[in-house]
Amino acid sequence: MATTVKQRVGWGSANIVAVVAALIPVLWIASLSFKDPATITDPSFLPHTWTWANYRGIFSSSLFTRPLLNSIGIGIIATFIAVVLASLAAYAVARLDFPGKQVLIGMCLLIAMFPIISLVTPLFSIERALHLFNTWPGLIIPYIAFGLPLGIYILSAFFREIPWELEKAAKVDGATPFQAFTKVIAPLAAPGMVTTAILVFLFCWNEFLFAISLTSTTAARTAPAALAFFTGSSQFAVPTGSISAAAVVITIPIIIFVLFFQRRIVAGLTSGAVKG
Amino acid sequence: MSTNTRAVAAGQTRAEVRRHRRRLPEGKRAERRLGWLLCAPAVIVMIAVTAYPIVYAVYLSLQRYDLRFPSQATFIGLGNYAAVLSSPYWWQALKVTVIITVFSVAIELVLGMLLALLMHRTLFGRGTVRTSILIPYGIVTVAAAFSWQYAWTPNEGYLSAAFNNSAPLTKTVTAIAIIILAEVWKTTPFMGLLLLAGLSLVPEDLQKAAKVDGATAWQRFVRITLPLMKPAILVALLFRTLDAFRIFDNIFVLTQGGNNTYSVSILGYDNLFTALNLGIGSAISILIFICVAIIAFLFIKGFGAAVPGSAMGR
Repeated sequence: MATTVKQRVGWGSANIVAVVAALIPVLWIASLSFKDPATITDPSFLPHTWTWANYRGIFSSSLFTRPLLNSIGIGIIATFIAVVLASLAAYAVARLDFPGKQVLIGMCLLIAMFPIISLVTPLFSIERALHLFNTWPGLIIPYIAFGLPLGIYILSAFFREIPWELEKAAKVDGATPFQAFTKVIAPLAAPGMVTTAILVFLFCWNEFLFAISLTSTTAARTAPAALAFFTGSSQFAVPTGSISAAAVVITIPIIIFVLFFQRRIVAGLTSGAVKG
Repeated sequence: MSTNTRAVAAGQTRAEVRRHRRRLPEGKRAERRLGWLLCAPAVIVMIAVTAYPIVYAVYLSLQRYDLRFPSQATFIGLGNYAAVLSSPYWWQALKVTVIITVFSVAIELVLGMLLALLMHRTLFGRGTVRTSILIPYGIVTVAAAFSWQYAWTPNEGYLSAAFNNSAPLTKTVTAIAIIILAEVWKTTPFMGLLLLAGLSLVPEDLQKAAKVDGATAWQRFVRITLPLMKPAILVALLFRTLDAFRIFDNIFVLTQGGNNTYSVSILGYDNLFTALNLGIGSAISILIFICVAIIAFLFIKGFGAAVPGSAMGR
């Protein structure tokens, strides 16, 4: 198809508008994080003098480093368990015939739509009684539960696409069942599991309402929750710079994920809604 | 099934059960058992975290239960619901939530469709656009909300400076507009990607045939693309409406619910953590749950939105 100059300019400017609109708020918070405290009240988009002071400030205080550690630990553990449990269930949904399958799918849908605030009050009460309040498991367990529907959707869509006859073929060729699984099926299932892991981790990383309701100190509070209650790295500092620097730090993993796994994320996000 | 010598005592009944079950072939039964076994861990976690607490919330909502005086909890029937439903705070919160939901979802649908068309049709830079818009989708809502808050702070933010150093977050209407702006920026990419997936299912041949027959671009969009995309649009709308109705993070950071900008979720949170009232808080929780159920029901039964995953079991 021949393209005219006019078409190229038209689509090009549309592209630029979309990219700029998506990135400006991110660039603004990054710029704020490099402004020094004296000039932070200067509304210019870029800092006049650049400084690392805000980053040094947040990393010298456990008010931020501890929640960051909590976020990473809770996110990784919850993601790992959710992906394992979702894989088991998704294998059953994709490959086996058993009564109650529709109930399971309906349940996943219900949880995907569940208003988290409705659970905050009862879970607050239950977790205090079970001494899970303000602990890692106290957040990990709800995160697994909310990661599971997403995982079961994505993985059962992926598992259905796997040519399972290959497993039989490998066995005919003399492979043991274990070899057939590790050499043939696992490599085919891996992309789906990576996609699921990324999306579940993003959910845990992003989650805010459970994180502020089911924790009370930095023992288990995650980074986004800590951010919202930040009062600056010292008592006298204006928190704007510290909050901006912390916001940038928790955005970095997301940017890395997006740059490396763009296709996977898009495939995962849309597989549940369209293929399902 | 392996023979079990321990089952002598229960042998009689077990044999009967077996004889009854034997109607299904052995392989089928093993498959069923494996299916249930594989799903059990996931089901147990999901029930423990959602079904049990929601039932417990119903029980709590029927009690007068103040966290400061836990020993004085008493059964008061529907008293908490009456208190919530006759309170102006609940109706204000519901109004704000509905306004934010309707406006943000409507704007997102239009912008998301434009974004989907751009990603589908643009001549170059498709990957760059996709990568850039995934950043708003992935970014921690709280971090983005702080960016918007500082941008609109007088003497500090570039957007406030651009609008005569105004302080829109201190007035109800403008504050709600900014909450909607933050919400739209964050979630339009998700809408765009869902619609893009629907768009790629529209056969190219149909478009070409219509073009040959002299249909304009607008006619092709309205007569061919939109009808074929209806299922994808409804699913995207359902997801986003339910999501927008639960809005919490953006409001919590941008206004803390001040100046009458609190949503139902903010109201529920405040009732638990500032009023320490488990009974009223639980009643609000249940009412929000009912609202969400009504929205989902309307979409699925009223508009015929295909339930996502309904085809999964086939």
